[in-house]
Amino acid sequence: MDKIFRVNLSDLTCKVEEVPAEYATLGGRALTSTIVAAEVPPTCHPLGPNNKLVFAPGMLSGTAAANSGRMSAGAKSPLTGTIKESNAGGTTAQQFAKMGIKAMIIEGMPKDDKWLRLHVTMDGVTFEDASDLVGKQNFDVIDAMNEKFDKKIGVMTIGRPGEERLLSANISVKDPDQKIRSHGRGGLGAVMGSKKIKCITVDATGAGKVEIKDTEKFRAAAKVFAKGMLDHPVTGEGLPTYGTNVLINILNEAGGLPTKNFKYGQCEHHDKVSGETMHDTIAGRPNGHTKHGCHAGCIIQCSQVYVDDKGEYITSGFEYETVWGLGINCLIEDLDDCARIDNAMDNIGIDSIEGAVLIAVAMEAGVIPWGDGKETLRVMNEEIGKCTPLGRILGNGTGSVGAAYGLTRVPVVKNQGIPAYDPRSVKGIGITYATTTMGADHTAGYTIATNILKVGGFVDPLTKEGQVELSRNLQIATTAVDSTGMCIFVAFPALDIPEVLPALVDMIAARFGVEMSVDDFVGMGAKILKMEKAFNTAAGFTAEDDRLPEFFELEPIPPHNAVWDFSPAEIDEVWNF
Amino acid sequence: MKITVKLFAGFRDNRFKMAEQDYPEATTVGDILSSLNIERPELGVALINGRHVLPEHVMVDGQTLSLFPKVGGG
Ligand code: SF4
Repeated sequence: MDKIFRVNLSDLTCKVEEVPAEYATLGGRALTSTIVAAEVPPTCHPLGPNNKLVFAPGMLSGTAAANSGRMSAGAKSPLTGTIKESNAGGTTAQQFAKMGIKAMIIEGMPKDDKWLRLHVTMDGVTFEDASDLVGKQNFDVIDAMNEKFDKKIGVMTIGRPGEERLLSANISVKDPDQKIRSHGRGGLGAVMGSKKIKCITVDATGAGKVEIKDTEKFRAAAKVFAKGMLDHPVTGEGLPTYGTNVLINILNEAGGLPTKNFKYGQCEHHDKVSGETMHDTIAGRPNGHTKHGCHAGCIIQCSQVYVDDKGEYITSGFEYETVWGLGINCLIEDLDDCARIDNAMDNIGIDSIEGAVLIAVAMEAGVIPWGDGKETLRVMNEEIGKCTPLGRILGNGTGSVGAAYGLTRVPVVKNQGIPAYDPRSVKGIGITYATTTMGADHTAGYTIATNILKVGGFVDPLTKEGQVELSRNLQIATTAVDSTGMCIFVAFPALDIPEVLPALVDMIAARFGVEMSVDDFVGMGAKILKMEKAFNTAAGFTAEDDRLPEFFELEPIPPHNAVWDFSPAEIDEVWNF
Repeated sequence: MKITVKLFAGFRDNRFKMAEQDYPEATTVGDILSSLNIERPELGVALINGRHVLPEHVMVDGQTLSLFPKVGGG
């Protein structure tokens, strides 16, 4: 039987609760957002005792379904002030699911100043002294835990910026190769730090199999689903070969690649950091791997192992948004430098999108010379990583840097940094940035698929027609997919191959032994999205917060000289469903 | 007429990255794909001056055509 672990830090207890009937078929984002909306007062201080940190594996995590091993973390975000869900690969989602832990709710605040390690087993959670881990960055924490237990131990950890509650701090999760994946966005590492939890270890001894109510139906649907992943050119070929960084060249050609802190839409040296160059670089070096999965059971394998010319590990999970942020938006032309900075962000535990976007603003402010990768690496390790006064200004995010230096070209929505696609020349994604419940987040309604890549049809990125509807539909569908434990890239085949989405829904229905249609599934996404929106409204957000920064209206971006030209009323139509 | 063709991702395998080539007047994007032995269903995106074009698009002298197979990320 699945259960919920309720961990109360105020009295250091863990209650094992039955799963309420209304949560029975939920998982991932649907479950974390439902619990946060039900239990967290929307106006609470995100770093205070009333906020809760919730972990929930996806509906299909732990099963044989391909690509289903992602864990959702939810809370009120200290960066945005909104509700937040951030999902990550690694090993903990599958561990939780097989241990029958439907969700772990962490609430309250310890009475004294002692740092804790939560140790999760089949029986519940124990509270261990973590004073020996305080001040350590993530890779050292993982090494220490591997040594204390063994390599099978699941680890979720924060670095020093998380301890110090910097708003770009993430929660790092150990992956199957003892490296790191991240609950990146929204400063959830600061929430964990505010609760004095340095690390969470997961010992899955005794875990069984995830119960499937209708195994035959499940098996049949899982087969169709996996075939769709392998048949579609994006998930079957493009992503495994080039990783997500294949987007550098296509966004550059389309004029939507934000360059030099969103001043230009194309970048001279784009090919130095492109996916094609990265592929050839990795393939030409000893020990490099162009394919890699962030969790067991990923059959797409968009990740990679990036090594130096001697074959020494530099980083993995080197994503387009990070390469863009450092290589293009900060003008750091050396891909090895970018990789080292990516690894430093994993190690100190800050979101690699926020981290890259805030560095570009720091460069604009004159804090770091444009394009200086070595100095950026130093700033990561020595300033942000050690939480110096400068490190705090930077580590509190893009908005913090802009405010500290009096800048106006500060790319944020709801105080969260805008990623790798310019909303002036790719207008659908601008609607998503403006309106998503999460603060600027490309994954929340990835219109790039249809605006740029011609997946799921085509909506011209430079005109206003069709963008609101596109973003709305994708935001609803994404909310549903984020609840399954699936990586969002399953959306590429789901948009193009008609059998894929029904197969996904059939797997969920078979897992829980319920009737569920595609409409029911999408309807669940719409319901959760509205619930998140209601939380934000109760927290004090209004339609006026669903806007892009003014500079997008004032500064045309070459080569198309496009500006952001949606009226408030047009933007607000997103919520008309 | 002279057309610059830029190829990306898997299209570069056994072909080229960028080449200036001579084509007859009224050549379409589709004709260029055929000349490169790229089947229509392999094409993801074709761009000229940062704008998406269809295979029927008629090329003009001096233009640069960028061709991508079906790729994605995010
Ligand atoms: S495709 Fe990439 S992000 Fe998705 S599950 Fe696989 S490695 Fe993780």
